[in-house]
Amino acid sequence: MADTTKPVPRVRMATTAKAGEVIEVKTLIAHEMENGQRRESSGQIVPRKIIKQVTAAFNGREIMRTEWFPAISSNPYLSFFVRVHESGTFTFSWFDDDGSVITAEQKVTVA
Amino acid sequence: MSEFPSATPPSRSRREFFASTALAAAAWLAFRSDAFAATEAFTAELKKLLGERKVADGRIKIDLPTIAENGLVVPLNFEVESPMTEADYVKSIHFFAEENPNAQVANFFFTPLSPKAAASIRIRLAKTQNIVAVAEMSTGDLFTARREVKVTIGGCGG
Repeated sequence: MADTTKPVPRVRMATTAKAGEVIEVKTLIAHEMENGQRRESSGQIVPRKIIKQVTAAFNGREIMRTEWFPAISSNPYLSFFVRVHESGTFTFSWFDDDGSVITAEQKVTVA
Repeated sequence: MSEFPSATPPSRSRREFFASTALAAAAWLAFRSDAFAATEAFTAELKKLLGERKVADGRIKIDLPTIAENGLVVPLNFEVESPMTEADYVKSIHFFAEENPNAQVANFFFTPLSPKAAASIRIRLAKTQNIVAVAEMSTGDLFTARREVKVTIGGCGG
């Protein structure tokens, strides 16, 4: 499952936009979001392993950041809005409890 | 002699009555303290965030189902009313589930680069409870909103 393969994020957004246009970004990442409350059949608590933070930046400048807790569903979906003034690259990063960071990039061209 | 037998049954039933009320009271107290412990975590988190600051109602629009069949995946959409300019924008919004084992759900931090303070996520709810949102504006004003969600199947562990 998600422990063995590196989670692959999916980002859906417009790749071309008019200057100043507001576009919606929809993201999804495969992740078990282990909440740290469940027990194995042996009675051992399954250690917590969630995505604890997600960030969105445009050309290196942070637009939005969200901190997550175990109350976020597995395979977390996140959608939000960005405004595009100029062509550039959006970078989205998911920070895992285990220290790994999964990133996705999306170029947007202003016509 | 004729009155004596009739005097005993009431005393027995009185003893039973006391025993049953004591039991009921104990059960009620146990239930109360359980419910209290769950919301205590929420109260502590809210206190940590707000301190002594005052919160007003409004500005936050939360979109949640009234009845969630599956507590594991409850869609949550929100939008905070704000001009989102350098001078006046939504700095952050914090979501809490009053009766989840861990009351914190998610915190969002916006910047003036965000065109609107809106997002959509999917959350887990352990049982029927209130979702509380607290938004902090760049001006320092605080707003809150509360929504109840009835949960048919719980979503946290177990």
